[in-house]
Amino acid sequence: MAETAVVEKEPLFGKKERKLLTDPLGDNNPITIQVLGICSALAVTTLFFKALVMSVAVVFVCAFANLFTSLLRNYIPKQVRMIVQLVIIATLVTIVELVLKALDYTVYKDLSVFIGLIITNCIVMGRLEAFALANKPWRSFLDGLGNGLGYGLILLIVAFLREIFGKGTLFAGSPAEIKIIGASIPSEGIIYKINTAAESGIGTWFSWYANNNLMVLPASAMFVIGVLIWIQRSWRKELVDIS
Amino acid sequence: MHSTRYIYTFTVAMTVVVALVLAGLFTFLKPIHKANEAIFNKKAVLSSFMGTKANDLSDEEVVTAFADVKQYVLNYEGKPLSNDEVKDLRNYKEKDGKAEDLDLSKEKKKDDEDRLFPLYIKEVEGKQVYITAVRGNGLWDEIWGYIALAEDLNTIVGTSFDHKAETPGLGAEIKDNPTFPNSFKGKQIFNSEGEFVSVLVKKGGADKSDKHAVDAISGATVTCDGVTNMLESGLQYYMPYFETLKKDQLGLNK
Repeated sequence: MAETAVVEKEPLFGKKERKLLTDPLGDNNPITIQVLGICSALAVTTLFFKALVMSVAVVFVCAFANLFTSLLRNYIPKQVRMIVQLVIIATLVTIVELVLKALDYTVYKDLSVFIGLIITNCIVMGRLEAFALANKPWRSFLDGLGNGLGYGLILLIVAFLREIFGKGTLFAGSPAEIKIIGASIPSEGIIYKINTAAESGIGTWFSWYANNNLMVLPASAMFVIGVLIWIQRSWRKELVDIS
Repeated sequence: MHSTRYIYTFTVAMTVVVALVLAGLFTFLKPIHKANEAIFNKKAVLSSFMGTKANDLSDEEVVTAFADVKQYVLNYEGKPLSNDEVKDLRNYKEKDGKAEDLDLSKEKKKDDEDRLFPLYIKEVEGKQVYITAVRGNGLWDEIWGYIALAEDLNTIVGTSFDHKAETPGLGAEIKDNPTFPNSFKGKQIFNSEGEFVSVLVKKGGADKSDKHAVDAISGATVTCDGVTNMLESGLQYYMPYFETLKKDQLGLNK
């Protein structure tokens, strides 16, 4: 019987791989647990649609920056590794910016500053340093994907709450805009097109509801994220730091 | 540890690859970017008299709606310049020299005497609508807008505003809340004696019967004052041209 070297098995979607994807969504969420990337989470969560575009951009940048860094990890000179990582991130962000500018110019105009600032998002750089430099490409890709999704998930929850209670709508700024709660804005002379209850078949609820302007202001994002962190930690006690 | 030579080779190679990828993508997407930008600017002009309806127009509809719009580039004396005259100027060599090609942000920084002003004339329901462009400062950065005037060059048919960095929920409401631009409808920029008085954005609420004031947005005092100033200074630049236009109208009536 010939002795064979024990090769560590690396299935495409083993337990470890799944954990890489799901962990950042809950127990190791970059925003609520690591409290990273707060700056953009405060700024781009006024509208659900904007937050959605931003999330997709971060997922893309995070996943591919991890993949490329991991592919190059044995060739990157240690002395300049941060600069190399920064160049990789900046390139991907520029690609996102150029593509978005071609796809939807209005959203690009609204988001341009924040897309550019993904370069400085500490989640991306953090994953490159902590994971991609020491792991194989596939796992790094999954880790980036997971962390991007974890960031996006929180962004979407916050944006959903802020838009519903701040404007009474969903998907404002996109063609699919729907009025959900509160009375429709009376049109004055010109037609202010909003797919109201009857048209969309969903129904406008709570017509007495007056939009809460606080939810549109940046401070409310702080409250919403704070409450999310509170809920998560009181639900899963083991996440609480006792240090 | 890698050698210094390796580090240099690595960085140079990486820079070249990245530069080529980005330059390639940029050149490939440039025509689409340009087209998108043109549509976006046209939409802003159209929304001055169409309101939020302009946002629902498809790209083709915007181009069709804009096809019969007459475009003029006015100088400080109110004289319309031909396309070639505009193209001779420093910043506009590579463009068509039409009103929509003007870079209004750069124009604002020029001295008054050197500034150029775009004017769009569109026929809506058998009547001429004169669309002027104004630009000023809000709380954080620039704000700008298009003011559509009726044939009498006095009554406002509609407005649209935009901004670079006003606070969402407060200053940004000049764009996001359609009630604000709509409130300018029917207001007049000249008083009954024919003096230019502009339209005031009034804190604490304007009287409904007041022809020269609209309600301000609460919590956005600086932005609203910016709109007031922008309208007053911006519309004044068009006065020399309007004077000649009015004289022509009178001449025709005789």
